[in-house]
Amino acid sequence: MSEYKVNLKINDIPVTVDAGTTVLEAAKKLDFKVPTLCYHTDLCIAGNCRVCVVEQVGAKTLIASCATPVSEGMEIRTNSKLVRQARKHIIELLLSEHNADCTKCYKNGKCELQDLASEYRIGDHAFLDLVGGRLGMVDELSPSIIKDDSKCIRCQRCVKTCAEIQGVSALTVAYKGDRQKISTFLDHPLVEVICTNCGQCVNRCPVGALVEKNYVDEVWDAINDPQKFVVVQTAPAVRVAIGEELGYEPGTRLTGNLVTALKRLGFSSVLDTDFTADLTIIEEGTELLTRLKKVLVEKDDSVKLPMTTSCSPGWIKFIEHFYPDFISHVSSCKSPQQMFGALAKTYYAQKKGIKPESMVVVSIMPCTAKKYEADRPEMRSSGFKDVDYVLTTRELGMMIKQAGVNFQNLDESPYDSIMGESTGAGVIFGVTGGVMEAALRTVYEIVTGREVPFNNLNVVPVRGMEGVREATLKIEGCQPEWDFLEGVELRTVVAHGLANARKVMQAVKEGKSEYHFIEIMACPGGCLGGGGQPIPTNPEIREKRAKAIYCEDENLPIRKSHENPEVQLVYEDFLGSPNSHLAHQLLHTHYTERERF
Amino acid sequence: MTDVKKIINRTIREYGKERQALMPMLQAIVQVKNHLDDGDMIAVAEALNLSAAEVFGTASFYTFLDTEPRGKYIIRVCKTISCHMAGKDEIIKVLEKHLRIKVGQTTRDNMFSLLTVNCLGWCHKGPVMLVNDDVYPELTPKSAIEIIESYISRK
Repeated sequence: MSEYKVNLKINDIPVTVDAGTTVLEAAKKLDFKVPTLCYHTDLCIAGNCRVCVVEQVGAKTLIASCATPVSEGMEIRTNSKLVRQARKHIIELLLSEHNADCTKCYKNGKCELQDLASEYRIGDHAFLDLVGGRLGMVDELSPSIIKDDSKCIRCQRCVKTCAEIQGVSALTVAYKGDRQKISTFLDHPLVEVICTNCGQCVNRCPVGALVEKNYVDEVWDAINDPQKFVVVQTAPAVRVAIGEELGYEPGTRLTGNLVTALKRLGFSSVLDTDFTADLTIIEEGTELLTRLKKVLVEKDDSVKLPMTTSCSPGWIKFIEHFYPDFISHVSSCKSPQQMFGALAKTYYAQKKGIKPESMVVVSIMPCTAKKYEADRPEMRSSGFKDVDYVLTTRELGMMIKQAGVNFQNLDESPYDSIMGESTGAGVIFGVTGGVMEAALRTVYEIVTGREVPFNNLNVVPVRGMEGVREATLKIEGCQPEWDFLEGVELRTVVAHGLANARKVMQAVKEGKSEYHFIEIMACPGGCLGGGGQPIPTNPEIREKRAKAIYCEDENLPIRKSHENPEVQLVYEDFLGSPNSHLAHQLLHTHYTERERF
Repeated sequence: MTDVKKIINRTIREYGKERQALMPMLQAIVQVKNHLDDGDMIAVAEALNLSAAEVFGTASFYTFLDTEPRGKYIIRVCKTISCHMAGKDEIIKVLEKHLRIKVGQTTRDNMFSLLTVNCLGWCHKGPVMLVNDDVYPELTPKSAIEIIESYISRK
């Protein structure tokens, strides 16, 4: 809040705002909508698309409202004849360089440029169509993301997302003038460069130039094949976001309706990634305690601390590219999605008497990187591809609409068993800090025999939307076998968004921070802000989804992973003990050093 | 140590390791090698802790930072309107014929590359061309060929 106030008039209505407010924000305050394209609340101002131009009385030229701060006595017109004409021309110019084959576009109906063209009734061909030479430049080699340059309007949201939020800069603006394009290093395919597949660019692309690779038809084919037993798993963050695809307000919890809808779509069994999230906590918690013991007691140099989480496939690819020397710091645990796949085609198949070769495992994920993860050669521990198809929250929304399922009228159903039971600790995997909180709930209790010393199990210090959050937990009153941890201050840090991950890793690399345990999620807000989540995703919407996740946690009867009865069962009946030989074979993995371009 | 590594280290000593060292570093490499190859851009990215894509983005923006191999002498003929009106097409035609290459190509002995560029700021003395860093204004088809010949005899 600035102490300086500025008075201006927008369309003759006076308004007083803080100094530094942009004209766009001031107009919004008066409920005047000014169209935007390159503008995004997650990114710094670019002002390059010009769609948001408005008239400032007395000024020679129109101004970009997103990039102009208010000034005293300013008079703005957001809808004068001049503005309307200019805006229409700008949209026409953008369209002249855009492959406007809208009916066949993946983003049909969900395209910001299409919406604007529709609002302004762009009809006649005022400008030459310059698309020609750009056609055919489609990069479809990545299992996660499709990049179609013919649809790109070069607003550069993707470039800024990749640089500012993720600190990756896999995308850049290359060349200039009419040859200007969004490019990777030497225009290599996305799959061959440092792209982490996080899909944050996909979530922000206003048009269809960057979209997820869609596997909806493959999944329908599996469902319609009577020989196939199609199992579906749903990630924690999907249940608090799917509603946005179907007309609900952000932050609506729809777990029960989601399960019913998946059953109506025809999946043979509807199960929960939260189950393997709980399992991850047991495996990863055990790994952390083992590492602590090896480092603190046995002084084993080959074992590395701090240990980092491994649930986020964007983070995994990031560290493989940028910090390959630190790969041994990453937990060997597979992500919950992949633990699920490996168990589905072994444990579940045995228990239910289903041949694993007839099983198809589908994941509903808030994520595009999960598609790449499922394709990794390491992810075939069951003897088959552990997870066959990964759909984003958006693709699921599409399937529900295609199937004509009236979501709003559905009754709630529980997940099927086995591998459908979960705890509050599993649900909070969907929010930044959640894996840390779930791990602390379990690890602290294993070591001390007491619950974490926080009111109602809510480990508040690791929560929130601050990019990097440190928290220290003093361990006291240890059980005899863990007495080497008596008095140890467990130093943890949580980061979300890869630019923040880089800050943490840089501190670790330079020896500035002595953490024991690091949680990193590639996407801002954690999975709830994933690249596969409904568009738009912005700070306000992330807050609402986070609130819904914590609400879901508080409303579950069991809130600690180690108390999940189905997790206890899988150890009794199948895995033996945490980090057992079989657990290692199915639930753990290794990582690969990758090039840095 | 490769030449490029030496250039990078020299530029870092002069300009530091921040992003603003990028342009001088790229220019210094082009000065010596006439172009930037994939490995050069990756090496620069690593030295300045930038992404290779960013380095490529910068290099591809500037006409004078070539990302394709070029000959020892790069001929750049101005293609902008004043030089166009002063007869640059004729100059290009005789150069193409004399060197037996088209615009954008390099002679087989790697001596000359023929390129066109936007305004060089010599509108009053067009048509104009550059051979590496040397400016040749008020060209005629005859003088253009004589200039090229003088470079051939230099080798």
